[in-house]
Amino acid sequence: MTALLEIRNLRAEIGGREILDGLDLTVAAGEVHAIMGPNGAGKSTLSYVLAGKPGYTITGGEIWFKGEDLTAMAADERAAKGLFLAFQYPLEIPGVATLTFLRAALNAQRRQRGEPELSSPDLLKRVREIAKTLNIDAEMLRRPLNVGFSGGEKKRNETLQMALLEPALCVLDETDSGLDIDALKVVANGVNQLRAPDRGMIVITHYQRLLDHIVPDVVHVLASGRIVETGGKDLALQLEARGYAQYQSEAA
Amino acid sequence: MAAVQETVDQVRRIESDQYKYGFVTDIESEKAPKGLSEEIVRFISAKKDEPDWMLNWRLEAYKRWLTMTPPGWARVAHPEIDFQDLHYYAAPKKKPALASLDEVDPEILKTYEKLGIPLREQEILAGVARPEGERRIAVDAVFDSVSVATTFRKELEAAGVIFMPISEAIRAYPDLIRAYLGSVVPISDNYYATLNSAVFSDGSFVFVPEGVRCPMELSTYFRINERNTGQFERTLIIAEKGAYVSYLEGCTAPQRDENQLHAAVVELVALDDAEIKYSTVQNWYPGNADGVGGIYNFVTKRGDCRGRNAKISWTQVETGSAITWKYPSCILRGENSSGEFYSIAISNGHQQVDSGTKMIHLGKNTSSRIISKGIAAGVSQNTYRGLVSAHRKAVGARNFTACDSLLIGDRCGAHTVPYIEAKTPSAVFEHEATTSKISEDVLFYCVQRGLSQEEAVGLVVNGFVKEVLQHLPMEFAVEAQKLISISLEGSVG
Ligand SMILES: Nc1ncnc2c1ncn2[C@@H]1O[C@H](COP(=O)(O)OP(=O)(O)O)[C@@H](O)[C@H]1O
Ligand SMILES: [Mg+2]
Repeated sequence: MTALLEIRNLRAEIGGREILDGLDLTVAAGEVHAIMGPNGAGKSTLSYVLAGKPGYTITGGEIWFKGEDLTAMAADERAAKGLFLAFQYPLEIPGVATLTFLRAALNAQRRQRGEPELSSPDLLKRVREIAKTLNIDAEMLRRPLNVGFSGGEKKRNETLQMALLEPALCVLDETDSGLDIDALKVVANGVNQLRAPDRGMIVITHYQRLLDHIVPDVVHVLASGRIVETGGKDLALQLEARGYAQYQSEAA
Repeated sequence: MAAVQETVDQVRRIESDQYKYGFVTDIESEKAPKGLSEEIVRFISAKKDEPDWMLNWRLEAYKRWLTMTPPGWARVAHPEIDFQDLHYYAAPKKKPALASLDEVDPEILKTYEKLGIPLREQEILAGVARPEGERRIAVDAVFDSVSVATTFRKELEAAGVIFMPISEAIRAYPDLIRAYLGSVVPISDNYYATLNSAVFSDGSFVFVPEGVRCPMELSTYFRINERNTGQFERTLIIAEKGAYVSYLEGCTAPQRDENQLHAAVVELVALDDAEIKYSTVQNWYPGNADGVGGIYNFVTKRGDCRGRNAKISWTQVETGSAITWKYPSCILRGENSSGEFYSIAISNGHQQVDSGTKMIHLGKNTSSRIISKGIAAGVSQNTYRGLVSAHRKAVGARNFTACDSLLIGDRCGAHTVPYIEAKTPSAVFEHEATTSKISEDVLFYCVQRGLSQEEAVGLVVNGFVKEVLQHLPMEFAVEAQKLISISLEGSVG
């Protein structure tokens, strides 16, 4: 069986600077992989390269997603094929109600996949079901997307979108940043509910504490643009104790 | 920059093929010979069977116009207009019999059908799967120079509301016309308004008597069909004491290589406690991708809050025209009267927009509000130009102005030119202005969720203008939202 995601010897640059420098990573369906590493290691860069953000250039290597060449797909096509990025800093869209955005996103994906659009009542029903599990009230769905949302609200909103869009691969970039412990639990709980045999997850984090709540199957250390160490969930605890200094000096 | 660049490129391609109203209707028409002279003015007046006082009014305007020069202060550039190279009158040859729609040339009815205008009352009345509670709209349709059909007249008459072509009103209600025509925009007002006064061919007349709330939205659709024809319509709306009316205006024109001139005048008069809401969705042909053709839209719109507590509100969505020169204004004469201006102006391709408003506070405790949203794409130039002034007697005058501009790509320009004059120290004027570029990161966020680049731009822009869209009547808001997406996206709506 082909892996859900297979990255081989990936090199990528932004602004003429090479950030990813021969990165290998394989994620099978059903698995949760954590990627940890020092600031500036290239974690967010990896997530953007996967999502197809303009400005990032792949200079070498391969990315296979569900057996297809991901690099040949446009960014919206990647989304419709089931790649979801939960942003570290979700963007604000003034004047566009959260529910309007959810409808636009889901129906855009469905159109691309040749599926009929979801009717407004059906959509509302599904959104409400998910929103309930994330402590999101109707008032928040009416507010313009992420505008004036607290850190916790933004991350819950990302999780809501993820649950609604039912992606095959979830990439969560520093989902724990800016969250207090209660908000973290709500979001982690939402994410855990999305764990499924046919879904893979990449959880990017600088700190170990998120992994107490979203327990990974595999933990990787990303430093200087490549995966330098891979282990089980214990690796996260070790990293917490000894820090990233070892990898940084290696890089220097 | 890459993603935006993509949109910009896409947008650059769309203009000529995107304009879905660019068809020409094949009807025989009767035209005045090209050029402007006293004879032509007399010809137009005679065609309309006008009384002498009207002819003299026109001739006075014409004489005045001969002494004037076109204004040069707007931030628009175009070759000098040859006013002798235009037809000043064109009418469908089969004389429209306004008594019944059945007598209107079927080709014209077809045109309006294509434009989605429900001319036939029976269609509306039959309510073919119309959502419940949808308001009915009375329509006056102006084709080139002539009003071809006005719907719902009987029902409006029963309510005491007069809604008819102004050419008819001149004959039917001479006293009203003489009392009000030119009382807000005088003959000598400005170059284009004066020209209009001399040669206006038709337009709508609305009179809502004291205490009457007009039972439905009134609407006019303007359509320029003939080649080399100027359209000079004239609209006059009067709301007597305590009356209320909401009026909608839509505009389209066929695709032409040459520029066509449109110079309308709209006058609104609101007496004590009266309210007039005037909404426009302007979608004249904007010209092709290379900036060839398109309508020159030089329009004078002004409302006079003549009575206490009178209220006039302008809402406009401007997406078309090669050049837009337009400043719907309010004269706040009555004590406690208020004026509003809500505007969305989108420019794309080679379009040039110079638009805004004037709020002229003359009376005590008058208030005004200006919300302007400009969106520039392509190589277009988009200028907001607004005047807020308070007369010495306008004690307690208040204005709030917010002008926001959004740039798509880096080859377009947005400009804000406010003029503020307060002759009373008690006036409180607030002005806010922002200019921003559409955010790459926001667009990518949308695209990551599955939206195409174009859909993302449409969504963000619709969010940007939401505050103004909310002031449009429901039916128009939906239409406008689509139009906004079409005028910025590469997809056919
Ligand atoms: N637009 C850019 N141009 C140049 N360098 C960038 C750009 N964006 C990020 N970088 C650099 O890339 C490196 C990796 O950044 P990032 O992927 O955000 O790291 P992480 O998420 O692991 O903290 C950093 O050194 C950062 O400064
Ligand atoms: Mg990061």
